[in-house]
Amino acid sequence: MPHVRVQEAPFDAGREIAALTEGRRDVGAVATFVGLVRDLNEGDAVSRMTLEHYPGMTERALEDICAQALARWDLVDLRVVHRVGPLAPGDAIVLVAVSSAHRGEAFAACEFVMDYLKTRAPFWKKEVTPAGERWVEARESDDEAARRWSEGGTG
Amino acid sequence: MVTLLYFASLRERLDCAREQVALPAGTPTVGTLVEALRARDGRWSEAFAPGRDWRVAVNQQMAGAATPLKPGDEVAFFPPVTGG
Repeated sequence: MPHVRVQEAPFDAGREIAALTEGRRDVGAVATFVGLVRDLNEGDAVSRMTLEHYPGMTERALEDICAQALARWDLVDLRVVHRVGPLAPGDAIVLVAVSSAHRGEAFAACEFVMDYLKTRAPFWKKEVTPAGERWVEARESDDEAARRWSEGGTG
Repeated sequence: MVTLLYFASLRERLDCAREQVALPAGTPTVGTLVEALRARDGRWSEAFAPGRDWRVAVNQQMAGAATPLKPGDEVAFFPPVTGG
C-alpha cells in the first residue's frame, strides 16, 4: 500500500527512503525525486511561497496516482510526501520515492507520478515577488508532460 | 442543499471559501449549478464567465459540466493546479 502524506513540516529524504526499503530484500532499485522552491520564477525574484491544498481530495488524488503507477509498472512500493503552508527558496516541497526490482520501472514510475501530481493533485502555489503576491499559473508544458503517458510513449 | 468549496485564486476573487446552496430545479448538474452561480452579481458572473479556466470536483473526484448533483454533495471549484 503506497504511503502518501501531506504535511507542513519538513521531511528527511533519507528517512523516507529507509522506510520504503525497510525489511525488504526484493528491492534492487529506488528512484527518488525531490522538488525544491527556487528563488526565481517567470523572471522574477521569489522570496517566499505558500502552498494551499484541498484536504481530503489531495490525499485521494495522490493515492490514485500511486495506484495507477502500481498497475502500470512492476513496482515494490511507492512513497509521496508533499508539503503545504509557508515555504522559502531552497526548501524541499515534494518527495517521490519508488522501489522496484530493476531501475527502469523505478525511473519511469517516479517521473510518471511527478507528471501526474503536477497536473492532477489539488495544490496551488502563491509566491511573493518584489511586485507583491501572485498565484502561480499552471504551465502548458506540465500538461504536455502528463499527456505523453497516455499516448503510449515512454514507459 | 450542496456544499460549495472554493480554493486559491478563485476563493480570493469571490471572497468566499465555503457556502451551502440549494440545488437548481430539475435534473441538477455541475453545468446547471454554474449557470445559477453565473446569474449572481458581478464577482460571480465574472469568475464563471464563459472562457474562464476553472476546474471542478464533486465529492473529491474530478468532474465536468455534465456530472449530476444530488443533495449532500461537496462541489469544489478551483483554478488549474500548480503543486510539485
